[in-house]
Amino acid sequence: MNIVNILEEIEKVDGEIYERLSPRRSAMKDFYSMGKKIALAAAPLALGSMFTKAYGQTLPTAVVNTLNFALSLEYLEYHFYNHALLGTDVTFAYPTAAAKAAITTIRDHELAHVNLLKGALAGAARPEITYAMTDFTAGGTFGDVYQNYLTFLKVALGFEDTGVRAYKGQATVLKGNAVLTTALQIHSVEARHASHIRQMLAAAGASIKPWISLGAGGIANDTGVPQVDPVYAGEGLDVQAGVTITGINGQTGVTKAAAVESFDEPLDTASVVTIANLFLRTGSKL
Amino acid sequence: MKNNELEIKDELQEKSLFEGSLGRRSFLQFAGASAAGMALVAAGCKKDRNFPAMNGTTLDFKDDFGVLNYAYALEQLEAAFYIKVASAPPSSFTTAQKAYFQDIQFHEVAHREFFKNALSTAAIGSLEVDFSSIDFTSATSVLGAAMAFEDLGVAAYNGAGVRIKTDAYLVLAGKIVSVEARHAAYVRDIISNGSFADLNSMTALGANNAGGLDGALTPDKVLAIAGKYIKTKINVINL
Repeated sequence: MNIVNILEEIEKVDGEIYERLSPRRSAMKDFYSMGKKIALAAAPLALGSMFTKAYGQTLPTAVVNTLNFALSLEYLEYHFYNHALLGTDVTFAYPTAAAKAAITTIRDHELAHVNLLKGALAGAARPEITYAMTDFTAGGTFGDVYQNYLTFLKVALGFEDTGVRAYKGQATVLKGNAVLTTALQIHSVEARHASHIRQMLAAAGASIKPWISLGAGGIANDTGVPQVDPVYAGEGLDVQAGVTITGINGQTGVTKAAAVESFDEPLDTASVVTIANLFLRTGSKL
Repeated sequence: MKNNELEIKDELQEKSLFEGSLGRRSFLQFAGASAAGMALVAAGCKKDRNFPAMNGTTLDFKDDFGVLNYAYALEQLEAAFYIKVASAPPSSFTTAQKAYFQDIQFHEVAHREFFKNALSTAAIGSLEVDFSSIDFTSATSVLGAAMAFEDLGVAAYNGAGVRIKTDAYLVLAGKIVSVEARHAAYVRDIISNGSFADLNSMTALGANNAGGLDGALTPDKVLAIAGKYIKTKINVINL
């Protein structure tokens, strides 16, 4: 947590950061007075609260929009897993205690993300998304999502891989801002979730790796579930910043599949909104 | 003599601090010396601005090339580790584990070669690694080291993101860090199924379970941890 650097960086996108902080100097004092008493681990949260106080409700609009967008996705993920654990209409059985524990871990992280983002946005936070506003069957596409464990895992993977791509797609909006670090810390947790859900699918018999590979026949979607094609659109890329990764510098082991696996691709806001809206009822869509 | 040298060093460092960018100056004016001092301690700012390296490799964080070379250094380390593992995996590895460790090997090689090409003439040289602390015949030792490398790699990219000024490089770092996180989760699940995102076990890397946040560390802290695996002296300036 290089606070000096963070403030410098913020100054680039918000030249009035110091003026913003100045009249609310107590917010800064609060932060520093914690000094070394706070563990490094607590720094992101403490920092979040400092910026909430410093900015009040005047976070830059682009940052507010991005955080609210992230909050919408986190609400969706939270309800999806929470219902899988508590919903009375859930009829599939978890194959092992470990499987249920993993879903509980993921649900808890999504709730933590909801609370963190709500805290950072304070009064600028979007209205809550409740379970009643959601439809995890996506209008019947995944009709047995809460009756069939495999369907549930496939939708879960769609959410996690979309989440990873969505955060990646917002990185440039947050560039140089302190909240970028927090967003990146959420982003990699979502990737850990995706990796585990992929392993759960493999344990349930699916042919799938912990990382996004090249799909059968060279398509971008490696899940074998055509209904989630939009989640993987563009994932089949093997050229990065003009550098062709397949066979790079004579490395024959770096096949097209390995090249695709080595880099996860971002997804733009509009594409993510389209995917998220499949799971939101009319009147509650983004 | 020693004292004189130290005094000169202090003077130079102070001078450098106050002649820093406008942002830092106004920050110091605003916050006052004591708060600023504390902030610098908290940020772990070890300034080496005035003492460039005499040997080894230098990572100069004054611009994005410094951050990319930092990533290149870490990818060199990871690639070297997995190449060694994949060439002679521990005997207790299953066929599937052998295959996935080979996958990871090629991912890290792809990352390493990508940075080498992207940096071109600005790239640092090849690092000499030191894996003497790892028993490559032991699955426990190999998995423990793999987990350490992956979790550290994730924390390194997460902590360095805010330093990146160019959109394309920031997105590229994002494209790589999530793959490292997938590796980390996979390796962790082999060690103990369900520990894929055990954030409580990663607080030393900056993770925070209450916020559902992964690790994030500044480059100086990452290099201090990675140092035991690197023989080449790495000098850090302008951090």
